[in-house]
Amino acid sequence: MNVKTPSKLEKTLAAGHLAVTSECGPPRGSNPEVIINKAEMIRKYVDAINITDNQTSVTRLCSLAACIRLKLIGIEAVLQMVTRDRNRIALQSDILGAASFDIHNILCLTGDHQSFGDCSQGQNVHDLDSVQLIQTVRHMRDNGKFIGGEEIERPPRMFVGAAANPFADPFKIRALRLAKKVKAGVEFIQTQCIYNLDRFEKWMEMARDLGLTEKVYILAGITPLKSAGMAKYMKNRVPGMDVPDEVVSRMAAAPKEKQPEEGIQICLESIERLKTVPGVAGFHIMAIEWEEKVPEIVEKAGLYPRPEIS
Amino acid sequence: MIVGKQKPIDEIWESIKGYKKVLVFGCNTCVAVCHEGGNKEAEILASLLRMRATQEKTEMDIQSSGIERQCEHEFFEGAKKELEWADVVLSLACGVGVQFMVKIFPTMLVYPGLDTCFLGDVEKPGIFTESCQACGKCILGMTAGICPISRCAKRLLNGPCGGSSKGKCEINKELDCAWHLIVERLEALGRLDDYVEIVPLKDWSTERAGGPRKLIHEDV
Repeated sequence: MNVKTPSKLEKTLAAGHLAVTSECGPPRGSNPEVIINKAEMIRKYVDAINITDNQTSVTRLCSLAACIRLKLIGIEAVLQMVTRDRNRIALQSDILGAASFDIHNILCLTGDHQSFGDCSQGQNVHDLDSVQLIQTVRHMRDNGKFIGGEEIERPPRMFVGAAANPFADPFKIRALRLAKKVKAGVEFIQTQCIYNLDRFEKWMEMARDLGLTEKVYILAGITPLKSAGMAKYMKNRVPGMDVPDEVVSRMAAAPKEKQPEEGIQICLESIERLKTVPGVAGFHIMAIEWEEKVPEIVEKAGLYPRPEIS
Repeated sequence: MIVGKQKPIDEIWESIKGYKKVLVFGCNTCVAVCHEGGNKEAEILASLLRMRATQEKTEMDIQSSGIERQCEHEFFEGAKKELEWADVVLSLACGVGVQFMVKIFPTMLVYPGLDTCFLGDVEKPGIFTESCQACGKCILGMTAGICPISRCAKRLLNGPCGGSSKGKCEINKELDCAWHLIVERLEALGRLDDYVEIVPLKDWSTERAGGPRKLIHEDV
C-alpha cells in the first residue's frame, strides 16, 4: 500500500510494523493539562493517540482542540469525529481546521445516541453518516474539493480511518459493512474491544474472503478489564459489546485486589493470539480511565520500542 | 396517518380555566383512529373538564362538538355557529388542524388539546408506530421498503451502527433496529449484495431543512 499522507501512523503500517494506537478522553472542563498529562504518559509507547469526540454523548472539551494540544507538543493525534453533532458545513469546516494544524489522521464515526449522555433532550444531526463522512474526507483530500464542488486551497492530508464492530448484529453483514467502508475509501480500521476472540477471528476470515485485508489496515481493539464489575457492566450495559461468560467468570474468580492484574493478563493473552490472525495490522489499546497501564501492556506484549518513523 | 396523544388534563385545564364558554372540538379522521382526538374523545374530555370545573368551583359552560377534518375548508361550514359561540376552542386535531382553524378564524382563541406525535401505522389495535418523516424524497426503493430515516434513531442511510444488538436498537431494547430489518428483507429477497451499494449524501432540502414546504397542483 502506497503512502498518501504525511501520517506517521500510515507510514508505520505501510512499513509493515504492527501499529499501536491508544486513546484519551478529553476532560469535562477546559484544563488542557488533563489531556497533555494523559498523552505524555503514553507517548513513547504508541504511534498515535485518538482523541474521542464527546464519547457516550457526554459533553467534553472538543476533540479538535485536544488534538491541537497534542500536535503542539509533538504527539501524533487521530481526530475522532462523529456525525451526531455536526452538519456537513461544520464537518468540512472542522476538517479544514484540523488540517490547518497538520493533523493527519481522522476517525469517521456515527457516535453514540445522545440519549446516553448529559443532553438527552438535545437534537442529533446525522446530516451524513460515517460511511458518507469517509467519502467526504477522501473527496476533500484526493480531489481537493468541497462537497459543493468548489476547489479547496491546501486540501487536508489525512489518513482516513473508521471503526468496525464485529460483535454487533446482524453478524452476516458485519464483513459486508466493512466492505462498504472500504468502498467509501477507508484506509484503517480500529475495531470495537475484542473479548470474544472466536467471533473476531470468524469476522477476520470473512473480511479476508472478501479481499478486504489487502485494502485496509485493521487494528484490533483491546480494552483491559479493571474488575469483574467492569466485565459485567461491559457485557450487560454497553451496546454492541460481546464479553463471553468465561471472561466474566475468570475475572470474578480472581480475588478483588488481583482483578486488575488478571485483566491485564487476559489482554496480553488476547494480543498474543491476535498477532497470529492474518490481516491484523496492529492494536488499538483503549484503557478507559486507566491510561497509565498502556506502557505496561505495550511492553509486555512485545510491542516496545515503537519503530522510529520520520 | 397522523398520530396524536391527548395532553395531560392539568395542562389542558391551565389553558382553558380562565374562560366561561369552552368548546372541545374533535377531528374525526386520523386522530380519531388513534382514539385520542375524535368527536367521541371530545365528548369524554368535555365531561372530564366539567367535573374539574365543579371541583375547582368555577362556573364554566363546557360543550363538545367536532367535524370530519380540521384541515379542510369544507367541513367547517356546518360548525361555524358553535365555534363562534365559544370564548375558547380546545382543538383535538393535530397541529395542522389547530393552525388551519386559526387561519380561517383570525380572531378565535384556539388551544391545542393534543400533542401531535408522528406519521405512523396501526401496528395492532392500540399500537401505533412511526414509519415516515415526510422527508420529501422517498428512498424506500433503496432500502428494501423499510425507512431508516423514520425508523433508525440516527437516521443512518448506510447502517446499521455498532449499537445494533439481537435485532434491537441501542437506545431501547423494545425498538427494532431498522437496518436489521432492511438486511433481513434484502436477504429474503435474494438482494443482500445490494447492501454494499453506498447510499449517497441525502438532499435534505426537501425536508424540514429546506424551510416550510408547499405543494401546488396547477390543474386543480
